[in-house]
Amino acid sequence: MGSEPVLRASVQTGLRFQGTSARAATSTLKTAQGGFRFELTDQQKEFQEVARKFAREEIIPAAPSYDKSGEYPVALIKRAWELGLINSHIPESCGGMGLGIFDACLITEELAYGCTGVQTAIEANSLGQMPVIIAGNDMQKKKYLGRMTEEPLMCAYCVTEPGAGSDVAGIKTRAEKKGDEYVVNGQKMWITNGGKANWYFLLARTDPDPKCPASKAFTGFIVDADTPGVQMGRKEMNMGQRCSDTRGITFEDVRIPKENVLIGEGAGFKIAMGAFDKTRPPVAAGATGLAQRALDEATKYSLERKTFGRLISDHQAVAFLLAEMAIKVELARLAYQRAAWEVDEGRRNTYYASIAKAFAGDIANQVASDAVQVFGGNGYNSEYPVEKLMRDAKIYQIYEGTAQIQRLIISREHLVKFKN
Amino acid sequence: MSARVLVGVKRVIDYAVKIRVKPDNTGVVTDGVKHSMNPFCEIAVEEAVKLKEKKLIKEVVAVSCGPQQAQETIRTALAMGADRGIHVEVSGKDYDNLGPLQVSKILAALAKKEETSLIILGKQAIDDDCNQTGQMTAALLDWPQGTFASEVVLEGDKVKVIREIDGGLETVRLKMPAVITADLRLNTPRYATLPNIMKAKKKKIDVVKPGELGVDLTSHLEVLRVDEPPQRQAGMKVETVEELISRLKEAGRM
Repeated sequence: MGSEPVLRASVQTGLRFQGTSARAATSTLKTAQGGFRFELTDQQKEFQEVARKFAREEIIPAAPSYDKSGEYPVALIKRAWELGLINSHIPESCGGMGLGIFDACLITEELAYGCTGVQTAIEANSLGQMPVIIAGNDMQKKKYLGRMTEEPLMCAYCVTEPGAGSDVAGIKTRAEKKGDEYVVNGQKMWITNGGKANWYFLLARTDPDPKCPASKAFTGFIVDADTPGVQMGRKEMNMGQRCSDTRGITFEDVRIPKENVLIGEGAGFKIAMGAFDKTRPPVAAGATGLAQRALDEATKYSLERKTFGRLISDHQAVAFLLAEMAIKVELARLAYQRAAWEVDEGRRNTYYASIAKAFAGDIANQVASDAVQVFGGNGYNSEYPVEKLMRDAKIYQIYEGTAQIQRLIISREHLVKFKN
Repeated sequence: MSARVLVGVKRVIDYAVKIRVKPDNTGVVTDGVKHSMNPFCEIAVEEAVKLKEKKLIKEVVAVSCGPQQAQETIRTALAMGADRGIHVEVSGKDYDNLGPLQVSKILAALAKKEETSLIILGKQAIDDDCNQTGQMTAALLDWPQGTFASEVVLEGDKVKVIREIDGGLETVRLKMPAVITADLRLNTPRYATLPNIMKAKKKKIDVVKPGELGVDLTSHLEVLRVDEPPQRQAGMKVETVEELISRLKEAGRM
């Protein structure tokens, strides 16, 4: 009974505690009201602590094996659900916590630090739910959001098709009104949680007239996944975030009751796009979490590895690499925090959300690649943690609006602002 | 079953932080350093909350002694399931000199005031490693004690405690009211879930001054100096046993 084992700590928890919380912990608040502040509330710090602890102690040890096997991380998702880390946006009236986007981003960054595959599976829930949260009526909210807080269920956002990703207005899945139902036929692709979802948010074209504008031609539906005619494709083997379940879904004469239409026929496009203002900041937060992890791993390694008689961190080439990685991570964090804060304040945040997502996605890739570089030959090898980060990072420039689409949005917003 | 359990929770420097000695060697750097609940106190809170969930006790009260920040530690206990908190306000020089003797006087006074059946503490704090507070509190109250608990079982008006001792495990049966100190293997503390953190904000924390409890905080100990442990010297490799022996002889170790 003599020696004391390490108290529940894995090696990774020795990593330097980063971000606003550690240093802000004991700073005294100089301003009582108003003004620009970078301080988290006590509750936000506590939430961040729980997410951080869960990520470091439970996600990190399990992530490599989920990455190798591609197996869906059911146990981790269930645990995250028990801790209240998922479904944070669900309103209190439906059994949720009704947290703002900023709080959700804090949690997301911490989970992504552990593994972005796990975090994406969780984030897909928020994306699927967002149309219902912003556009659902009371009955729809109680029915489809309520169940998410009673059991650990997943949902999915079903918009992209094999032939249309960025060009949402180009989707071809058809929904025809027949009596009190809509009959849906079409093909969706790259649906995260496609094979695990209990229900989907589906965007389909209800007006076949090609001259009908996008703002009137599409309708948003809630579809129960077990509706006859919904066929799940195989789980796709992707470059990274491999434990996340991504599939094609085929809809063959799927009948949806009219009660499951969000707002009304023709309102779908606006709903689908409106969700992004709230979901892009968390995606940016996820990319930031990955980048922070890459920076921490590279820094730790640089303080251990020696070459030419000194630690590689003493060599300016490596030190400068780390400095640039740090610059990018700090700025990405500030960007998503601003985007999240804007939308929580009730303002339209499209400009900031796109900037945050574009920047974070780009730097996540750069920082992950630089981390592999710091590790040298070891970095290329699967025994070390950074090659996974590089594979996981790529998708951040693609999903939730490609890097190019973000630039389209930002330029448009910027020019409009400038002209007014 | 109207039993009330008092759990002491101490705010200490987080276990993962690299400790630095102050340049003037009077103590350790605490400014701007991450603090959290002492891990053994977490285990104590968990045990108390478990007893409440089994409906064997009625109320769990979390107590912490220190400056304003001690309330953060109490909040964590509330988020884990404690019902209410008591913050004994101690700051400045008094806080610097706060040791097991002072804390046990405070706990003893509170235990009498709050009609407590059981006090559960962590076996020791990871900053001073004293392992004294539980024992002193029991002595001041003249209550039985079960220290280094790896299992706690309530049996009516008695409590069975299985203690981890050097030779193995010892089982004792204590008549309540009693003091128990928690050892590592007693349980695995739960995470505070996000909904519980939000609920904890509505729970009450009473603030009390040591004077109100009639406790004298004078310390009879003076810290003269704090130093870092000596740096570990590099070792050397030898090729044969003969070389090992000759080197040991050279160094005067044989």
